[in-house]
Amino acid sequence: MTDAAATPAISVKSLRKSFGDFEAVRGVDFEVETGEVFGFLGPNGAGKTTTINMLCTLTKPSGGAATVAGHDVVAARDEVRRHIGLVFQDPTLDGYLSAAQNLRLHAELYGVPKAAVAPRMRQVLEMVGLWERRDGQVLTFSGGMRRRLEIARGLMHSPRVLFLDEPTIGLDPQTRSSIWGYIRQLQESEEITIFMTTHYMDEAEFCGRIAIMDHGEIVALDTPEALKEAVGADRIRIETDDDGAAIEAIGERFGLEATVSEGAVSFAVPDGEEFVPRLFAELGVPIRSVSLSRPTLDDVFMSHTGTTIRDAEESSAKNRAKMSAQMMARTRA
Amino acid sequence: MSDAVATTADVVRVHVPARSWRSELRAVKIVWYRELIRFANDRVRIVTSLVQPLLFLFVLGAGLQQLSSASTDGVNLKTFIYPGVLCMSVMFTAMFSAASIVWDREYGFLREMMVAPVRRSSIVVGKCLGGATVAGFQGLIMIVLAPAVGVPYSVTLVLGVFALQLLLAFAITAFGVMVAARITQIQSFMGVMQLVVMPMFFLSGALFPVTNLPGWLAVLNRLDPLTYAVEPMRSLVFAHLDLSSSAEAALNPGITWFGWTVPVALSVFTVFALGMTMLAIAIWEFNAGD
Repeated sequence: MTDAAATPAISVKSLRKSFGDFEAVRGVDFEVETGEVFGFLGPNGAGKTTTINMLCTLTKPSGGAATVAGHDVVAARDEVRRHIGLVFQDPTLDGYLSAAQNLRLHAELYGVPKAAVAPRMRQVLEMVGLWERRDGQVLTFSGGMRRRLEIARGLMHSPRVLFLDEPTIGLDPQTRSSIWGYIRQLQESEEITIFMTTHYMDEAEFCGRIAIMDHGEIVALDTPEALKEAVGADRIRIETDDDGAAIEAIGERFGLEATVSEGAVSFAVPDGEEFVPRLFAELGVPIRSVSLSRPTLDDVFMSHTGTTIRDAEESSAKNRAKMSAQMMARTRA
Repeated sequence: MSDAVATTADVVRVHVPARSWRSELRAVKIVWYRELIRFANDRVRIVTSLVQPLLFLFVLGAGLQQLSSASTDGVNLKTFIYPGVLCMSVMFTAMFSAASIVWDREYGFLREMMVAPVRRSSIVVGKCLGGATVAGFQGLIMIVLAPAVGVPYSVTLVLGVFALQLLLAFAITAFGVMVAARITQIQSFMGVMQLVVMPMFFLSGALFPVTNLPGWLAVLNRLDPLTYAVEPMRSLVFAHLDLSSSAEAALNPGITWFGWTVPVALSVFTVFALGMTMLAIAIWEFNAGD
C-alpha cells in the first residue's frame, strides 16, 4: 500500500550512543513505514529509552544517523520536533492547570495556527473522552485520565509520528483497551505513524512490526507472526497410558527430547500440525489426548533475550510504584 | 456516538508553520501567561509571601523606632525602611517563581517545554518575565500601604516604584532560574536561595543608612547587588517626602565608590546589567542542558 519511493517515517542507520565507556546503543538499523504501528520491545537497560530519546532529539547520537518524518534528528532538530508527538512514561502535565489549559499551552509552544486551536482541541479531547472534563484541574484526574490527556496533547499539533513510551503501563484493562481504540482510530483517520514501547505481550500483538532490542542491539525485527514462526517449534502435549514408554519412543523414532510436566508429556517440534498424524501412526504408545500450542510472543522474547517479558515488566513496575509513592508524598507536602 | 464519528471523519488537520520570531514570541507569551495563571490559582502563596515584608515594616519598624528616634532626624523608622521592604517583598516572590522551574523538573513538566520546537531562550525569557510580573503584582500591594508609613500617594511615586520592582524582580528571577538550571532538588534550591537572599537583604542597606559603616560591612554592602536596587528606591520615595536636608543626608547618603557618589541611574543600570547577565547565563545553561 505504501509507495516504495515514499520516505519512511523513521529511518535509522548504524545509530549508536555511548555514555563514557558504556555503549548503550551499539549501531542499530531499521526503518518504519508511514502509517505503521511499530512496537519496540526489550528488557530494561536494553537501550530502548536511549534510542527513543535520540529519535525524539532529546539525546545526541554518538554516531550513525536517523531521520524522523524525513528530517535529520541532529541537523534539523526543530523540524523533527514539530512533526512528532511525545507521550512519555512519566507524566509531563501541569497539574495546576486545567486539561484545556494544558492543551492550549502545548498548541502555543508548537505554533498551532490560532484558528485551528479550538476545533483541534475539541477533536482530540473528544477522542479520548475528556471533552466534558476540559475545565477540570489535572491534579483531580485519575491516572488513566491523565494518560489519555497526554495522548490528546501529543496529538494537538497533528504530528506525523507519535512516540508512545509504555502508553498503557499501570492502567486498568478497560483504559488499556480504550487507548488501543484511539491508536487504531488514529491510524485510520490521520495516517499517523506510531512508534511505541510496551511490556504487554498481548498488546505487542497489535503492532504491525516488532523490534526486540537487547544489550544495545536489535536482535529481532519482523511482524509478530513471522517472529513467532521463526521461533520454529510448536509445543505438543500428549496424555498417554505410559509416559515413560512415550518419552522413550519419541526419542527413538523422532529424535526429539520430551519431558513430563503437569501430568502430560510435552515436547517442541516444528510444523506441529503436520507432525501430529505421524505421532499417532508411529508412536506405538496409546495416546489419550493431544494439544498443540503455537509459540507466543513471550516465547519469542525469551528466545531472543533469555528473559521473560514479565520479569522485565515486574522490575519496571516496582520502580514505577516507588516513583509514584514519592510523587504522592511530595504532593501532600 | 454519531457525533464523535462525524468529527473524526472531518479531521481538523493542523499545519504547523515553520519557526519564526512570531512563534518564539508566542512561546514567550504562553510561558509568561502560565506563571500568571498559577500565581492567581495559588492564593496561599500570595498571602504567605506578604507576611515577611509586613513583619519587617510594622513590627520591626515600630519596635526599633523607640531606640532610633534620636538618630533618624525626626523621620519615622517605618518610613525609612519602607523602600527596603518594597524591594524585599518582590525578592521573595521572584525567588518562588524561579523555584517553580525546579518543581516543573520534578513533575516532568519541564520536559514538555524543553522538547517543544522553540528556542530554550524563549522559555527562559518567558519564565523570567512571568516571575517579574507576578512579583510586580505582589509589590503593588506594598505600594498601596504607602500612606500607612507616612508616604503620600502620587502618580510618579507609584509608577517609579512599580518600575523598579519589576526590574528587581526580573533580576532576581533570572538569578533563580540560573541557579535552578544546576540544582535539581527543591530542598537544595531553597537552601541556596535562603543562603544568598537573606544576606543580600541584610547587607543591602534596606534597614540602615550606608554611611559610616565599619570597613568590612561597607565593602560587602558595595558588593551586594541589592544595594543598587534599594538606593534608587529610597531616593525615589524620599523625593516625595518633605525632609530636612540633615535627615536626607543622614538617611539617604547615596552609594559611594572610593569617595565617588554613584548616580542613581548607574545603580539602576547595574541591576539591569546584572539581570541580563544572569539571564544570559541561564539561557546558556539550559541550551547546554542535554
